[in-house]
Amino acid sequence: MPLPDKLEGLESAVARIPDGAVLLVGGFGVPGTPFTLLRELERQGQQQLTLIRNDANEPGTGIDRLLRSGQVRRLVTSHIGLNAHAIERMNEGSLDVEFCAQGILAERIRAGGAGIPAILTDVGLGTELAAGKTIVEVEGRPLVLEMALRADVALVHAATADPFGNLTYAATARNFNPPMAMAADRVVAETESLVALGDLSAENVETPGSFVDAVVPLSALTEDYGIVCR
Amino acid sequence: MGSSAASLGNARERLVRRAARDIVPGSVVNLGIGLPSKVAEFLPADFPVCLHTENGLTGLGPAVPLEEADRNLIDAGGAYVGTVAGAAFFDSVTSFSLVRSGRLDLSILGAFEVAANGDLANWKIPGKFSPGPGGAIELAQKAKKVCIVTTHTDRHGNPKLLRQCTLPRTGTACVARVYTDLAVIDVTPAGFLLRERAEGRTVEEIRAATGAPLQVAKGPLPVF
Repeated sequence: MPLPDKLEGLESAVARIPDGAVLLVGGFGVPGTPFTLLRELERQGQQQLTLIRNDANEPGTGIDRLLRSGQVRRLVTSHIGLNAHAIERMNEGSLDVEFCAQGILAERIRAGGAGIPAILTDVGLGTELAAGKTIVEVEGRPLVLEMALRADVALVHAATADPFGNLTYAATARNFNPPMAMAADRVVAETESLVALGDLSAENVETPGSFVDAVVPLSALTEDYGIVCR
Repeated sequence: MGSSAASLGNARERLVRRAARDIVPGSVVNLGIGLPSKVAEFLPADFPVCLHTENGLTGLGPAVPLEEADRNLIDAGGAYVGTVAGAAFFDSVTSFSLVRSGRLDLSILGAFEVAANGDLANWKIPGKFSPGPGGAIELAQKAKKVCIVTTHTDRHGNPKLLRQCTLPRTGTACVARVYTDLAVIDVTPAGFLLRERAEGRTVEEIRAATGAPLQVAKGPLPVF
């Protein structure tokens, strides 16, 4: 009983993303960003996308390229301070930005991946981030109801994968990738290294392959993935 | 350590050096983006401390030059960093579990404004610079102790220490102590309390640069 093979070409994996899709995009800065999947999405030109992503990358790279090509309607994020272009687009009203406290963004995605509809937290009470949200009183404490986040498609970046979609990650390239790889109807993982079934130690698998729908091996790493000289 | 410290300028170097002196041995500490991250450069090499960065690392080491950088190893500000022996990597869910559950002893953050009751504003200047909160909401609200390192006034000379915040708040009544280029100031139930002054600065000068009433600690004021 071999485990199913989920290897898929770049073009066909991205072509399954429809206009208007809600996408989870892994990464925190450069590490863990699925640059190759994002470049292909730019090339194919799907429109009216909602992106859920920790940050907006830096100008000219990653999701910023999709902001510039006009493919993104809405961005759910925690911090866009390294991308002046994204701030400008938000200020002029051409990009709808929802800010979320970083750990609550992670926890909303985790909830989405865990089949939990919402979470309760005191994080952000007394700040603008709680404005307009449902406040629930539990045992005398006011708590903010934060809705789980789930997407149509998650785009994640792995260090190593096998054809079934078991994944591992490198250093601080983990960040949002593991929870995002559990929180979408379709999970597409690009991987720097592809190994045969059985070559990843079962004890070292970080994302079990049963959460993953497509594995796209990277033939080369473009300069997007390299060291940034600021 | 300290390759970039020289570029900080004397006043800023003095204040981050002073902030480093208060870090308790054995503690878990998160240093925010920008000036707060420089505090690590002034900790002795053998000082027992666990530095956390919210993008997923405990056991953060010093910044590394580009030629030695690992493309997958950054701090939350995007700087290339190293690790110390015993470091651990984890995802963002685990990283903020650590912050929210009381495992973080100290968060050192930057500020746009600090109010006399300890309110902090550092994530949004409406219509101008709105970087977003990042991890600051949880760091400000959930670390056991929150300290601020900042210039005493903004680039236009306006005070950053105020009676009340005018900008959207990051946290309410969360700040314990503020280190500036002019002074060390505690937030107390009675408002700001001047504890120490920077070398060459007078109490009157500090008071004039502060946008809220300033109490002065009894006894001779230490100089840093």
